[in-house]
Amino acid sequence: MSNAATNDWLTAVKAQIGREALPPQTAVDPVNLPMIRRWCEAMGDRNPLYAEGKLAPPATLFMWTMSHFRPDLSREGGSLLGLDLVDAAGFTSVVATNVEEEYCRDLRCGDVITQRVTLDGISEEKKTGLGVGHFVTFRYEFTDQKGEVIGRTLFRVLKFRPPAKTAAAKKSPVPRPPVTRDSAFFWEGLNQRKLLVRQCGNCGRLHHPPGPMCPECNSLEWRALECSGRGTIHSFVIVHQPQMPGLNYPLPVALIDLEEGARMVANLGEIAPGKVRIGMPVDVDFVEIEKDFVLPVFRERRAG
Amino acid sequence: MATQITFDSVQSGQDLPGLDVPITASLIVAGAIATSDYSLVHHDKAHAQAAGTPDIFMNILTSNGLVQRFVGDWAGPAGRIRNVKIRLGAPNFPGDTLKLSGVVKSKEVIGKDRLVEVAVSGKNSLGEHVAGTVRLTLP
Repeated sequence: MSNAATNDWLTAVKAQIGREALPPQTAVDPVNLPMIRRWCEAMGDRNPLYAEGKLAPPATLFMWTMSHFRPDLSREGGSLLGLDLVDAAGFTSVVATNVEEEYCRDLRCGDVITQRVTLDGISEEKKTGLGVGHFVTFRYEFTDQKGEVIGRTLFRVLKFRPPAKTAAAKKSPVPRPPVTRDSAFFWEGLNQRKLLVRQCGNCGRLHHPPGPMCPECNSLEWRALECSGRGTIHSFVIVHQPQMPGLNYPLPVALIDLEEGARMVANLGEIAPGKVRIGMPVDVDFVEIEKDFVLPVFRERRAG
Repeated sequence: MATQITFDSVQSGQDLPGLDVPITASLIVAGAIATSDYSLVHHDKAHAQAAGTPDIFMNILTSNGLVQRFVGDWAGPAGRIRNVKIRLGAPNFPGDTLKLSGVVKSKEVIGKDRLVEVAVSGKNSLGEHVAGTVRLTLP
């Protein structure tokens, strides 16, 4: 798509900023106890004020004016202003990214809510983990039967171009390690929940990551030693940036001294980054990212 | 439901008791329907897969509801959530667990409101599903 074409539709969307994005919608049902109870059951919320009908959960603010079910999946009032142009530009997938809500007063049974929504803004084209897209922001205002504001919501969605349905699109969200002829046994071992380290067939020295030749005696003979998975943290870093899609940050990465004598880099699991310490005893665990893709993760050794 | 806590008993830096929510297809569907969200990706697995995701996933109103229930469980019934700001990240798919944690960031008195701000994070096996702040008043 040329820049000129891109600018045309984006300019058209920007020209609509500040305008009503849907006709005002008044809730079909007033705030009511049966719907509050269904909500509490789904959320597991046991607040007695909600169950007794004294208050509605604030988080229900947005739901009273939601479109009801229609067999043809059409939506009351049509689609939000601007999104048709974003769709037409090829950014057809949608994911919500931000919600900000302000509750001006308690919501009670009997309140009849009216929703007004305006288009608040659209970002320039952004590259995201999901694909290239634009963030589109809408502002909702909710009023009661007296016309008084009871709450406001800012809702931001990412409209993005769905990735092509290729093998690449189906790849694991967690980056896969490169597997070489020398390291294949290590990854295959993990699939069988074994922590294997290459051991020289001549001098017995362990070396990791595995290479083709013993760095001590230059022997090409080797065998795989199954390790206990017990070790201690030799050193570590807490990775904040750069962030790769599919990984969880801040990400503690440690250099582990295995009790057999080898040293290996691995992720740490289930530990707050601030609690990682050099010398901390750890045990390996095997985490299946997907079928035939297992990573070793070291966790703090539990007492006893 | 925990007992009621008070503004004076809360310390800045205090952790909220964690909450693990097992994510099942039933929970995703129950949450979507309870919040009147009939988008196909929240109940129709075949459609969700055709749209490029591995399974149905939780809708945003349920995530918001779970965050507020998590804070409300700690605060007690007299706590009143005044505003919430959340960012959504890794989706909640069936079979995962949403682990919610929270910490008190600040306390302040504005007029007659005794306000506490809590930072909340909800993580699953794919990463951070939800993060943000919740401001509430306490007795």
